[in-house]
Amino acid sequence: MQWTVVVGRYSPPGEPQPKGELGGIFPPPYEKAPPKTYQTFKVDLPDHAMVLDALIAIREYQDESLAVRCACRSAICGSCAMWVNGHARLVCTSKLSEHSPGGKVTVEAPPSMPIIKDLVCDMSVFWKKNRAVTPFLENKQPIPDGQEYRVPNEAMENLIQEVSCISCGACLMDCESFAVNQDFTGPAALAKAYRYTADPRDAQTKERLGEYSAPNGVWDCTHCYECVQVCPKGVAPLDQILKLRKMAVDAGFTNNTGTRHADAFAESVRDSGRLNELTLVPKSLGFFNIPAQFGSLPAAFNLLRAGKLPPLIHHKIPHLERIKNIFKKIGGRFK
Amino acid sequence: MKVAFWPGCVSKGACPELYVSTRKVAEALGIELVELYEAACTGAGVLSEQNPALADSLNGLTLAMAEKVGADLMTICSTCQGVLSNHNYHLKRDPQRLQAANEAMAGSGYEYRGTTEVKHLLWLLVEDVGLDKIRSLVKVKLTGLKIAPFYGCYILRPSEYLGLKERPERSTYLEQLIEIVGGTPVEYMGKTKCCGFPMIMMNKDKSLAMGANHILEAKDKGADLLVTPCPLCHLNLDAQQPDAARVVKKVIDTPIFHLPQLLGLAFGYTPEELRLNHHVVPTTRALEKVELKV
Repeated sequence: MQWTVVVGRYSPPGEPQPKGELGGIFPPPYEKAPPKTYQTFKVDLPDHAMVLDALIAIREYQDESLAVRCACRSAICGSCAMWVNGHARLVCTSKLSEHSPGGKVTVEAPPSMPIIKDLVCDMSVFWKKNRAVTPFLENKQPIPDGQEYRVPNEAMENLIQEVSCISCGACLMDCESFAVNQDFTGPAALAKAYRYTADPRDAQTKERLGEYSAPNGVWDCTHCYECVQVCPKGVAPLDQILKLRKMAVDAGFTNNTGTRHADAFAESVRDSGRLNELTLVPKSLGFFNIPAQFGSLPAAFNLLRAGKLPPLIHHKIPHLERIKNIFKKIGGRFK
Repeated sequence: MKVAFWPGCVSKGACPELYVSTRKVAEALGIELVELYEAACTGAGVLSEQNPALADSLNGLTLAMAEKVGADLMTICSTCQGVLSNHNYHLKRDPQRLQAANEAMAGSGYEYRGTTEVKHLLWLLVEDVGLDKIRSLVKVKLTGLKIAPFYGCYILRPSEYLGLKERPERSTYLEQLIEIVGGTPVEYMGKTKCCGFPMIMMNKDKSLAMGANHILEAKDKGADLLVTPCPLCHLNLDAQQPDAARVVKKVIDTPIFHLPQLLGLAFGYTPEELRLNHHVVPTTRALEKVELKV
């Protein structure tokens, strides 16, 4: 079967430049990514072939100058994450048949990462973020008798999901917070952070939680689920970030907008059954956070002018006692 | 057709135009809305994250209320849809979670048996009402309007909870409806991305930049307006647009319509009836293109 593969090519200035159709500048927030040249290749491969098979076939038989990073071809090494039709994927597990809508597949380096050549992006930003979360155990001391740590099986089951991470970087490539905030720690690194924080052998739990709840940590995730969607190994980085948020709050790291927001949210639902938008904003920002409080005034004024300001008297839902009872039974810190 | 209707908090708060236009469109289509006045806020994911069991039970109660109505549960907010779908997915598959949720709501007069389907208005329109019926009600063609669909996150991701694995076409419904009302859908990268609302409190400038980027991209591709199925996206894209423009230092000035407002116009309701005169970003210029006035 013949497949049409459009490949985004890029060569650094000074090197021989690829020929083909010059693409435009990427829309913000990717406008700094250099435009690419798109070349169309036709490849004969069977129905079950993967996108990576096509790229290798192109490099071997049509254009040996094509730069592709790959190794295991089995979704283990994590080398071949790139954009397939605008989403980060491992090309070794992406079937041509499933990614050729309209009869073609477009493959390119993600514009969210610095590019080296063609399909190869610079992963150093990814590794830097990973290193920043202290991605290793800091064992409790002294080592127990028998020279090994024993942990109950259940304690490790909770970590298995993250342990499946192969560090391919697909989640960071499509992370929407990272796209606008390069300092955001990012999904893979924070998932890794969870893996060590929740490990019963680690001695730095509290220190870690303090560090991860600081700016550019867990609270700067925009909760868009892109990382959950693109992760080829089911790590669900967002789920791990949310677990870290809860652990941090439970450990007492509550002097932040994220915790105040959750508390104000819960109070409002508990006391009225509904969200009180008028009190949520000031409570979340913190009453003494004067600049932020002032900063929210123009938006409130715009709502008022448009006749969209929420009702000043916030009504309770009928039979609120049902909701209050649920809170009483399992409310935890929201009781 | 009858549905249990959960309007969510924002359509009764800062986006009353969404509630009003939903009522109008439902009336035109003959959808009977049994509103769940006694249901609680879904917790918007915030409660799910800090206390999953609590959110299981609060949302389980809403699902049980819909079960009693004996109809699908209709949402008009992607965030409500996402949270309800998430908890429904787990409550249906995990007997222990279902039992715990029911134990916590004991005494409420409700028990969830796990039979409710949660459907956003967008899905209901295409899958249950049907495109032919919608087409037959179009009185005013919005020909000439370039309309950018803005799905946002929670009506698409995670696809497992939202039934997109079985129905991947759910990611094309906005375009289908735009075409039916006579508009031209604008294709752009930002259509499935995040409006930034979930982190507006934590990192305002980055959140606003996120939203602004997507509107500007759509505008650059010729969009006269964006249409969204989510009132939280609407808040970040419309109510916050003046602030967002300051953050990215660009003129944006692109109106954002709620899904039922777009359909309502095509069904012949006036812009005032759909409260299109109550947006932060004026809808005037887009409406004038199809010779409508506010």
